[in-house]
Amino acid sequence: MAALKMSIAKALNESLRKALEQDPKVLIMGEDVGKLGGVFRITDGLQKDFGEERVIDTPLAESGIVGTAIGLALRGYRPVVEIQFDGFVFPAYDQIVTQLAKMHARSLGKIKMPVVIRIPYAGGIGAVEHHSESPEALFAHVPGLKVVSPSNASDAYWMLQQAILSDDPVIFFEPKRRYWDKGDVDVDAIPYPLHKARVAREGSDITLAAYGPMVKVCLEAAAAAAEEGKSVEVVDLRSMSPVDFDGLQASVEKTRRLVVVHEAPVFLGVGSEIAARITERCFYHLEAPVLRVGGFHAPYPPARLEDEYLPGLDRVLDAVDRSLAY
Amino acid sequence: MTVESTAARKPRRSSGTKRAAGAASAAKPAAAATAQTQDAVPQLVQMLTPEGDRVENADNAEFAPFVADITTEDLRGLYRDMVMTRRFDGEATALQRQGELGLWASLLGQEAAQIGSGRALNDEDYVFPTYREHGVAWCRGVDPTNLLGMFRGVNHGGWDPNTNNFHLYTIVIGSQTLHATGYAMGVAKDGADAAVIAYFGDGASSQGDVMEAFNFSAVYNSPVVFFCQNNQWAISEPTERQMRVPLYQRAQGFGFPGVRVDGNDVLACLAVTRWALDRARRGEGPTLIEAFTYRMGAHTTSDDPTKYRRDEETAAWESKDPILRLKAHLLATGGADEAYFAELEAESEAMGKRVREAVRSMPDPDTMAIFENVYADGHALVDEERAQFAAYLASFEATEEGH
Repeated sequence: MAALKMSIAKALNESLRKALEQDPKVLIMGEDVGKLGGVFRITDGLQKDFGEERVIDTPLAESGIVGTAIGLALRGYRPVVEIQFDGFVFPAYDQIVTQLAKMHARSLGKIKMPVVIRIPYAGGIGAVEHHSESPEALFAHVPGLKVVSPSNASDAYWMLQQAILSDDPVIFFEPKRRYWDKGDVDVDAIPYPLHKARVAREGSDITLAAYGPMVKVCLEAAAAAAEEGKSVEVVDLRSMSPVDFDGLQASVEKTRRLVVVHEAPVFLGVGSEIAARITERCFYHLEAPVLRVGGFHAPYPPARLEDEYLPGLDRVLDAVDRSLAY
Repeated sequence: MTVESTAARKPRRSSGTKRAAGAASAAKPAAAATAQTQDAVPQLVQMLTPEGDRVENADNAEFAPFVADITTEDLRGLYRDMVMTRRFDGEATALQRQGELGLWASLLGQEAAQIGSGRALNDEDYVFPTYREHGVAWCRGVDPTNLLGMFRGVNHGGWDPNTNNFHLYTIVIGSQTLHATGYAMGVAKDGADAAVIAYFGDGASSQGDVMEAFNFSAVYNSPVVFFCQNNQWAISEPTERQMRVPLYQRAQGFGFPGVRVDGNDVLACLAVTRWALDRARRGEGPTLIEAFTYRMGAHTTSDDPTKYRRDEETAAWESKDPILRLKAHLLATGGADEAYFAELEAESEAMGKRVREAVRSMPDPDTMAIFENVYADGHALVDEERAQFAAYLASFEATEEGH
């Protein structure tokens, strides 16, 4: 079948629909996911077609949503939970970290936790406080969790289904400002591995590594740099736990330079770990220290300041220049 | 049937109406504290007095039919369960004192609450315990020695939860009430003839998760029984620091019945829990049972109750001992004789010896177990670190061989 053009939001919706069709144990749970179809309409129409027993509107209580999803998973179900916004995941953080992440290890492998937690995350939509955060490092740091984020419609479609099929808990971060970006989705394709990085643009002078919403910015930066005669490779990491260090290493050994870009604060972020590991792995290949571009050690600012806070084309290109200057 | 109609149909079971003082407290917050204080002599469902006499009254009338089938032999069985559990618990406490266990959470004094509720369960029912439900584990057929692995530090739970429908111990307070609720939602979806029971303590009733579990279970009319063992103390904090209104009354605010039972009366605990499980299986939704009991020992072996509570209080509860009262009843009714008790004593001693030997011979886990079962489907970072650590350990062996 030819590839279909669809937005990331639509791809996620189609992905959930397919998962519900293929496995009667798959459930959708969250606030407003039923009649409303979620505040971003990712679950639009699903309750109508699959009923209230499969697409479950929940009380407004995040710990309750995740805690009951754990119980449903113990009973053999595969719950896909929607947390309405990034900043609202913290009431559920205890259940995710102390229970969901550890149940498999605690039971010496007897219990599996096939729970997906979907979180629309990161900024760029002019929202109010708690609606624009990037807490991925807080989850990637926790053993037992897997953390991924698609950057395009095809990945949105396939990665979500792979996450639902996984017997491990997956924190699925959806780049909310990219929901309306369209791309080709081949619904008959053999899916690319969930935790493997992908070269989104080939280049030879420097590697930009990003995931989720920043992949697009990096691709734009690479295009702009190309006009200046610089060949920039862009690696879409796709997975923050585990990180595909082998894939990234291959790129860095080729380009000898790396800049990691994410919206989350730089300090102790995913980029910090990548800088450290790539430095260990590629010390004799690197021509420059691994640089990081990201958010500041400050609360996510009011929307009128988010364009300054979020890494844009200029800040990424500035880092490229600094790396190339070594 | 909806939760609302259930509550309306059985107002006597709901909060506020069971006690006049409770009803007044809902309107006047100041009166709530008074009500709590008056609860020093609480009204509760009781079938066996501390002296061992069977009682029939208006408060237990609805529950009495649920133990009408209990024979003298059954009573001896309940007695045996409590004795064996206490003996096991005492052995574990001793093992901790001898340095064989890192910690122990004793259930001393709570045997009736656990055995009564535990024996009310069917095989298909599912249990979500805290870390103190040794008696319930006993009822589920979990080998007592398996309970000790986590306290010895060789694992985080040494049994397969699905073998006995007894989930792993949960240490974070109240988390398991939500797991129980979710599991019960699944039971309802499956149309299974089963119920779920979640154990927690009076301290956990302060946790948000417990409130969310009450609410979710009410909203979804889930077949779950919340069994709170109010043992009066959350480590050093008395119930006055946890609540102003008697705990069982909280259920009404969520739209389901709450019952307070004498937690030291094994027969009453059995009856009330059977009643609640029956409701759950019939699709009538959750129930909150407050088993009013007392933790005779420390919270765990790491605290010292003499620093926070009076000896007189503990002494007052000694006269309500759950085992002594059933023994008195069995003796008075001729249900058992001294020979029976002596035989049981020998049996419990043998069990204690077996537990002691099992703990002392528990092997430490293999070092590489650190990396096992972190993920079901594997994880590149874990694989990398496992390989690195294995190589690091192997380097010592290579060095030793070199010498």
